[in-house]
Amino acid sequence: MAHHAMLIEDEPHITEAIRFLLSRDGWQVSALRDGGEAEAAVRAARPDLLILDLMLPGRSGLEILSALRADAEFAALPVMMLTAKGQGRDREAAERAGANLFMAKPFSNAEFVAAARSLVPVTDPASGGGA
Amino acid sequence: MPFNLLVLACLSYAILLFAIAFAAERNMQAGAARWLRSPLVYTLSLSIYCTAWTFYGAVGYAARSGLEFATIYLGPTLVFVGWWWILRKLVRIGRRQRVTSIADMISSRYGKSNLLGVIVTVMCVVAATPYIALQLQSVTLSFGVFATAGTYGWALPDTNSTALWVAVGLALFTILFGTRNLDANEQHTGIVTAIAVEAVVKLVALLAVGIYVVWVLADGPVDIFERINASALADWELIPSRWTGLIALSAAAVLCLPRMFQVLVVECSDERNLATASWAFPLYLAAMSIFVVPIAVVGLQMLPAGANPDLFVLTLPLSQGQGGLAMLAFLGGFSSATSMVIVASIALSTMVSNHIVMPLWLSLRPTREVTGDVRRLVLHARRFSIAGVLGLGYLYYSLSGGSAALAAIGLISFVGVAQMLPAMLGAIFWRGATRVGASAGLCIGFAVWAYTLFLPSFGPGGVYSLSMFMEGPFGIGWLRPQALFGVAGMDPLIHALFWSLSLNTVAFAIGSLVSFPTPVERVQGLAFVNVFDTERTEPLAWETGQVETEELLKLAQRILGDEQALTFFEHAAAEQGTGGYLPDPTPEFLDALERKLAGAVGAAAAHAMIAELAGRARVTVADLMRVADETAQIMEYSGRLEAQRAEMERTARQLREANEKLTQLSIQKDAFLSQISHELRTPMTSIRAFSEILMEGDVPPEVASGQARIIHEEAIRLTRLLDDLLDLSVLENGTVQLDLRLASLNELIDRALRSAAQVRPERVFTIWRDLPSEALFLRTDPDRLSQVFINLVSNSRKYCDAARPELRINVKQRGARVIVDFIDNGSGIPKDKQQIIFEKFARLSDQTRAGGAGLGLAICREIMANLGGTIAYLPAQGGAAFRVTLPLRLEKHPFADAA
Amino acid sequence: MRRRSPVFLARRAYRLRRLRDAARLLPLAGAFLLLLPILWEPAGGAARETAWDGVYLFVIWGLLIGAAAWLARGLVAGEDSDDDIAADTAIEAMSDSPPDSPTDGPAGGLAGGGR
Repeated sequence: MAHHAMLIEDEPHITEAIRFLLSRDGWQVSALRDGGEAEAAVRAARPDLLILDLMLPGRSGLEILSALRADAEFAALPVMMLTAKGQGRDREAAERAGANLFMAKPFSNAEFVAAARSLVPVTDPASGGGA
Repeated sequence: MPFNLLVLACLSYAILLFAIAFAAERNMQAGAARWLRSPLVYTLSLSIYCTAWTFYGAVGYAARSGLEFATIYLGPTLVFVGWWWILRKLVRIGRRQRVTSIADMISSRYGKSNLLGVIVTVMCVVAATPYIALQLQSVTLSFGVFATAGTYGWALPDTNSTALWVAVGLALFTILFGTRNLDANEQHTGIVTAIAVEAVVKLVALLAVGIYVVWVLADGPVDIFERINASALADWELIPSRWTGLIALSAAAVLCLPRMFQVLVVECSDERNLATASWAFPLYLAAMSIFVVPIAVVGLQMLPAGANPDLFVLTLPLSQGQGGLAMLAFLGGFSSATSMVIVASIALSTMVSNHIVMPLWLSLRPTREVTGDVRRLVLHARRFSIAGVLGLGYLYYSLSGGSAALAAIGLISFVGVAQMLPAMLGAIFWRGATRVGASAGLCIGFAVWAYTLFLPSFGPGGVYSLSMFMEGPFGIGWLRPQALFGVAGMDPLIHALFWSLSLNTVAFAIGSLVSFPTPVERVQGLAFVNVFDTERTEPLAWETGQVETEELLKLAQRILGDEQALTFFEHAAAEQGTGGYLPDPTPEFLDALERKLAGAVGAAAAHAMIAELAGRARVTVADLMRVADETAQIMEYSGRLEAQRAEMERTARQLREANEKLTQLSIQKDAFLSQISHELRTPMTSIRAFSEILMEGDVPPEVASGQARIIHEEAIRLTRLLDDLLDLSVLENGTVQLDLRLASLNELIDRALRSAAQVRPERVFTIWRDLPSEALFLRTDPDRLSQVFINLVSNSRKYCDAARPELRINVKQRGARVIVDFIDNGSGIPKDKQQIIFEKFARLSDQTRAGGAGLGLAICREIMANLGGTIAYLPAQGGAAFRVTLPLRLEKHPFADAA
Repeated sequence: MRRRSPVFLARRAYRLRRLRDAARLLPLAGAFLLLLPILWEPAGGAARETAWDGVYLFVIWGLLIGAAAWLARGLVAGEDSDDDIAADTAIEAMSDSPPDSPTDGPAGGLAGGGR
């Protein structure tokens, strides 16, 4: 069964790019634009990987992450944070909030996919399908 | 001539005067008779200088002392032809300060001191008493002439009762016409007119007797000439000290006599009248004097030895059987006496009520509030004062027995009032004169006068014993009343004049030099001495805010009367620009009110009354600067220090501000770079991701074309961002090239609405416009301006959150500027954000992010600055509202001058 | 802009000043003349010519009155013209200021040139 990655990102074109990359790598991708609805959606969908943009309409990525980490059920959820600012300050803040990985935009496609894989132990989708 | 006929003549003459006074007041109220205030009436009213003393006494004086009588008229002549020196200043000050009497003037000048007012009032009353007695005596004597004429076989019942009747009659007349108005500055038109008529009567009477004497009794001027040189008068000896002293004395008296001050200053309605009086009054005096010597000479020759020369004017015609002429002469003398008594008692009663009764009442009344009808009180005080003054005169007449020669009594009075001369001249010419000096001078002069002249006038055995005259008090020789400090052999009058005025002046000078004036004194001193320089002196700064105008109105009503007070207040309110009857109690208003009240109750009382309601008048720094040059210099110096300190503070503040601004700029620059980084990275992310995907080459063609389109769009977005940044940079530097053309505002708005329709095209806006108001042609850069308009309309389309969105566009022209308002019906921009929306990247929240980089309004602001206009957020319009203001005709680049 | 001959104004103002000087001097001259009889001693103890003294006094008196009348006329006229001069200067000051520059013309008149 494919791993489920949930993407919270307000730029539609970036969402489209990431969806394409992860889908091609065998992920099941769901995406959301609004930060305000993100937490509930995560709780409901219980994804294997959460990809959070730092600056979001409605609620910032850091707030969503802190809220999730406060809940024991999501304390171990792998989270990757994206930011377009790319400053050290943001990285520290993200790590304090409990992000497993921090990625600056723009990123290389290969790096991105590798990072996603590193957070969730992935069995080969094709072989997994055969089992 | 029957005595009854004489009484009847007097009574009908009095009734005639009554009628004239009454008619004059009626005419004046109707505003009909300008001539009542003409120079002629003014000059004639001055003739109260010529009393019965002149009318009867001058001839007697001439018979005794030759031409010396003329000195009494030469002094005033010099004062009047020299009006440019003193009189002009006195009249100007009197009008400016609303002076009610000479006591009021001196009190007002020396710091509105009531003590001085009291001193001067007492002096005037004491000095005037013998003078009034003199008038009563002359009228009584003239009655007596007819009685003792014998031809008609009747005798005067009793001289004392005659004098009493005359006094009572005069008191009644004066009370009736002198105390009708309270405001002494409102001038007694009726009285003045009656006085002018009396002036004519006495001149005509004296001239008639003179002509009769010269051309009927003698054979014309040549004969008179010979008779004079043949008469006893030819032996007349001119005593230099008396000649000089008397000219000076009469000059001083004409300035200081309360009744002269009354007609000269208080009753003066127009300063120009003084110019006419400067020659017309000396002419009147000369006319009154010209026949004095002939009458005296002919009288001495024709009448039996021992006849009283003081009555030649009457007895000469009477002895020739000229009853009619004698009657005229009698009326002339009666006129002289009555006019003097009337004016003198009005002047004295004003002084007594303002400087003695009012202050007493002010300090004795139980409550602080001014209650009851003060008007009535003041009028009663004046009426009683008039009666009192006449009563005193009558008392003096009865006590002195009417024996002394008329001229002697008059001169005693003159020396008494002359004591006010130093204080008065100091008041108007010497800023250094002080209250202490004036009081000292007045008191010493008055005391010396009383000691050396007034008390001795009762004769040996009167007040002083004979030994007092011969050996001095307690045998102290150098204190003999008529030989002070051992200076014996001097004429008693000149002796008294010399010592009293000398000691007075010395005390005044020394007192002024060693004392220090109060602030009010200094301010008043400046206002008096420099009355011609300072067109309008600043009012004293009353403490405002402590006083209720209503209380002031109550006070004014009690003093001025309801109607007058209301009119005054209403006028003041209108002048301040407020309606109704209650003006703000500004310093100017309080000052005007004080002057108004001063016209009724005198400067000191008015000042005290307002001070009680309004608190003390503060003498401000500005007042002192005007008063004293030295103070001004000190103030200027400390002012410079103050200015330097302020300058340093200002510089420090500017430095602080600059520093803050720099810090702010640095922070802003960091934030700006961070923002730009974000705005550049976001499209770059999509471009990089999709270009890598495309480079791998295993994407189906239809997907690839979609991805290429995204790359293209993001590239355009990047370009637009860079364009905006460049645009902003150019606009901020002021290096933008404007393409100035004429453009229709209507078309510009059309274009903006069309272009902005692409933004969120799904929203349907109701647009409200007023097309006629948009029919304007602007000279501006149309592309730049429509860029602003498009931005505003787009913002509205993007952010207006109303269910049925509306946009109103209002255009107004204000002179050479045009105002365009864009108002939507959304929830608007919160107050705390209204300031920052024009900053770069100042999107209010990420929720409202719709593609723009947040530079739109920042660019709009810069564009409008370049177009010579402004853009601002309009609060409280029921939605987001932006106001664009720009010039109708932009002629050149607004920054061109600065560049 | 109108300008009066400044020579005329200055001359008039100058006359006025001297007239005021004369007005101030007149009482001093009068006092001197009236005190002059003090110095007259009847020659050789002869009787004083009282009539002539009287004539002298009244002649001086008449001269003073005449001079005062003449001066008063000039002084009053002078005070009035002081106001005149002040008013004139005020008017000139007003006309000195440039008139409002005319506007470019009515906005509607340029409508044709707009586009």
